[in-house]
Amino acid sequence: METINLCCDHITSPISKELHVLAVDDSNIDRKVIERLLKVSSFKVTVVDSGSRALQYLGLEEDNNSSQFDDLKVNLIMTDYSMPGMTGFELLKKIKNSSTLKEIPVVIMSSENILTRIDSCLEEGAEDYLLKPVKLSDVRRLKDSILKSEGAEIRRIQSHKRKRNNDRLPSSVACHDLSVPPPSPQQPTPKLARL
Amino acid sequence: MERNQMQMHRQIATIRKSLFDQGYLDEQFVQLEELQDNSNPNFVEEVVTLFYRDSARFLYNLDQALEKRPLDFSRLDSLMHQFKGSSSSIGAKKVKIECTHFRDYCNARNTEGCKRTFQHVKKEYTTLKKKLEAYFQMSRQAGPIETACRPR
Repeated sequence: METINLCCDHITSPISKELHVLAVDDSNIDRKVIERLLKVSSFKVTVVDSGSRALQYLGLEEDNNSSQFDDLKVNLIMTDYSMPGMTGFELLKKIKNSSTLKEIPVVIMSSENILTRIDSCLEEGAEDYLLKPVKLSDVRRLKDSILKSEGAEIRRIQSHKRKRNNDRLPSSVACHDLSVPPPSPQQPTPKLARL
Repeated sequence: MERNQMQMHRQIATIRKSLFDQGYLDEQFVQLEELQDNSNPNFVEEVVTLFYRDSARFLYNLDQALEKRPLDFSRLDSLMHQFKGSSSSIGAKKVKIECTHFRDYCNARNTEGCKRTFQHVKKEYTTLKKKLEAYFQMSRQAGPIETACRPR
């Protein structure tokens, strides 16, 4: 399985677990196929059939006190463009306008190769625009780019925490992670290894 | 492997190849096959079964919509767009092509063109469905190739 593993002190890497994708599509065939594409590529998958259900799910996730340690944290949203009710474009806008959700990368899927449509999606902050039918190679490429940005984010958080740990008083506890054993004195310097 | 089983598998392979050679199926069908494995041994047939179900609904709605006068071209186009999407998702190449022709006539607001091409869409769909049903039935009868090849 391709993941980035961290040897580090306080953080259980959320990306040594599977990346979690929320897929949105009104077509039941496309939902079945995208789910399989993602599972085969070692993603954890949640599939919903509309933009409003997607927002419901993301809202619930927020209520569950999501943090980077939360198993349910969504790492990527993939949405069909043409859906009845809320379109994928409208969903994209809502996500990018939300202070809590805007960091989640959003990918648009569409059967139509319309340049103006592609442009507006990218302008609204879409990570990518995939032509349907989506292929395994598309998903693999996506995974690589998400892992890269997650890796960068982890390194950023890690260095921030290291700084905080160096600054903090002994009695305060910053680390919430209980599943990683307490650091030994001879902790090796954190490094990123891509498997 | 038993000779009969080998023959069946060869037959199935020939049928499969002809579906591609004659343009009924495209690369997307191969992509579905690549997603099938021991943990999901019937994936392709499951997706195709979903396609039959969806198609029955789309074609019925299109039939109904084509009875109305005047034609609601926007609704017809929307329905056909969805049906075309489903067809594309399973690699139904000829069906997809006919869907495109239908949408062209929709855009041109050509009633006769729409009615005519809809008959072509239905014909291609029915043909493909028959061929795929026969193909999957044969595949089921022949059993998995791995089991057949493994020595007992």
